[in-house]
Amino acid sequence: MNVHINTLLCKGCAFCVKYCPKKILEMGTERNKKGHFFVITTDEEKCTSCAICAAMCPEAAIEITKEDSNG
Amino acid sequence: MAKVLMKGTVAIAEAAVRAGCRFFAGYPITPQNEIPEYLSWRLPEVGGAFVQGESEVASINMVYGAAANGTRAMTSSSSPGISLMTEGLSYLSGTKLPALVVNISRGGPGLGTIQPAQTDYLQATKAMGHGGFRVMVFAPSTLQEAVDLTYECFDYAERDRNPVLLLMDGSLGAIMEQVEFPPMKELTDEGTRKWNLAKHEGETRMPRMLTPVYPEVILENENKQRALLTKQWEENDVRVEEFMMEDAEYVVVAYGISARVSKEAILNLREQGHKVGLIRPITLFPFPKKTFQNLNYDQVKAFIDIELAIPAQMRDDIEVAVRGRAPVYEYGRSGGMLFDDESVYDAIHKIVTGGAE
Amino acid sequence: MAQKIYSRPKSLMPMPSGFCPGCLHPLATKLIADAIDELGQNNNAVHVLPVGCSALNLMYWRGDMLGAAHGRAPAAATGFKRSAPDRLVFAYQGDGDLAAIGLAEIMSAANRGENFTVFFANNSTYGMTGGQMAPTTLIGQKTSTTKYGRDAETTGFPMRMCEIISTLDAPYYVARFALNAPKGVNQAKKGIKKALQYQLEGKGFTFVELLTNCPTTWGMTPLQSLDYMETNTIPYFIPGVYKDKGEKA
Repeated sequence: MNVHINTLLCKGCAFCVKYCPKKILEMGTERNKKGHFFVITTDEEKCTSCAICAAMCPEAAIEITKEDSNG
Repeated sequence: MAKVLMKGTVAIAEAAVRAGCRFFAGYPITPQNEIPEYLSWRLPEVGGAFVQGESEVASINMVYGAAANGTRAMTSSSSPGISLMTEGLSYLSGTKLPALVVNISRGGPGLGTIQPAQTDYLQATKAMGHGGFRVMVFAPSTLQEAVDLTYECFDYAERDRNPVLLLMDGSLGAIMEQVEFPPMKELTDEGTRKWNLAKHEGETRMPRMLTPVYPEVILENENKQRALLTKQWEENDVRVEEFMMEDAEYVVVAYGISARVSKEAILNLREQGHKVGLIRPITLFPFPKKTFQNLNYDQVKAFIDIELAIPAQMRDDIEVAVRGRAPVYEYGRSGGMLFDDESVYDAIHKIVTGGAE
Repeated sequence: MAQKIYSRPKSLMPMPSGFCPGCLHPLATKLIADAIDELGQNNNAVHVLPVGCSALNLMYWRGDMLGAAHGRAPAAATGFKRSAPDRLVFAYQGDGDLAAIGLAEIMSAANRGENFTVFFANNSTYGMTGGQMAPTTLIGQKTSTTKYGRDAETTGFPMRMCEIISTLDAPYYVARFALNAPKGVNQAKKGIKKALQYQLEGKGFTFVELLTNCPTTWGMTPLQSLDYMETNTIPYFIPGVYKDKGEKA
């Protein structure tokens, strides 16, 4: 898991969905406590940890990690 | 320290430095320009900062910023400039920041005149800005008193976390008198350390927020605290001078330059055998109501409010304090001209010899 | 072991911001917080708040804050910084706050070369009051006070603050970035850090304009607002570094 979306913070603006180069993010159908639809990952295997989604997230709701190659 | 001969505005500026003021921002306006001029070189001498603001609006907000750091800060201006500062004054009170604001007042309304007047009484004492806050208003009538009050105003501001106004008309700002300065106060932010944004070496604290924005319940509570503060001022901080009041049948009420002129007139009237006295409010707010309550109304026949203002502005406060127990008369000039003491003498004399009937 | 590539900056509270979905204000705030983290200035920074939507940081920012009157953030910052020269002071202002009511304060602070940083969020409208025309509203842009679109005949033209401020001699760094796409966001992040770094070095006045949006009062979805910025805002408010005295040297 490289993309960690804090679904409580997500407001569903979909900026991350728009700019993900691998197109592995999409709007979910569930709502969070605040009533916002939040973003989910679809095919996380393809994530390269480029962090563009995190950079574009206004709410700083996305954290990105990367597995060490020898990990 | 020996006495020195000094102009009113300059004396205030030096007194502020001695009180620990280390920040001044202001905008040129007559008749108070010697205050920024003096502080522009004097503050850097003592490690303080002087900024010539782009307006009175900017200047009061610079004071706001400095006060947030716990730095003793002041600004000065004259009537139209003070009007521009009222939003900032409201912010200072709302955010609970101390500051000294000096109004060397001139005639109005509008641009009015650069000559002296006392036409800012109502603004100073009733509503120094929007939102229903009050400030303590001090009105000296000699330069020594101006020096001493300036020195103390910073302490009051810090104690109450509220701006304080020193109201002095242009003539007191322009005259020269002998004054004796108090010693330089030791610089410390002890009085503001509990809330200021300053960072001290080796000290850790939680982040702080200084803003006049409150949720409604807290805002109401803050306003209750402010109301309580006003009550405490009335209990503890009223200053008033009573002059020849023991047997007075006719009571002149005047402050600042008007009180000085009235004293001369009263001495002359006393020589004629008229029992005239003077109540001189030194704090215009809180107004010395108790002094009026403690009078013997079997003895007092009338009050005469003497101000450089037409209509007289302090009259409402006098009437509230007198509560109809004696008539209140007024005499004033308002174009920027001063009284000569004969006109004040004549005005009082007229009432003493029949006007009171 | 997983290596952290990006995590939420320390200067933000661990709760959602008060801004609307898709608003770029919190993105701008996040970039400032990132820079402050990277500079290790969390305990030293003082955030001067304006009036308007941008003041919602009041509940969102973790650090010392001073709430200024509308348009007066540069004046309050001047007073604070002159009294506390070692602190990292920045004001964050919107376009109504900075380019209309606070024009005198921003120009004068810039002209004095005050050693603090102003971040200017330009979304070409008054967001908090309901989307009225701002000095930066684009020609033809519909707002609640320009029903048929801004008309230059009666309301003049949008003010380009970076261009205006960079005509002054004192400012050390003046730059504009657009936050509607990753490229601009990355440039903004670097520009913000550079401005704050210059301040720490005592270089003087630094100014970073951030082009933002207001999907709510523009009447658009968040994604539509990003496209609007690309086709309308950016061609008029050209991103770039307008002044960088540090680069010349």
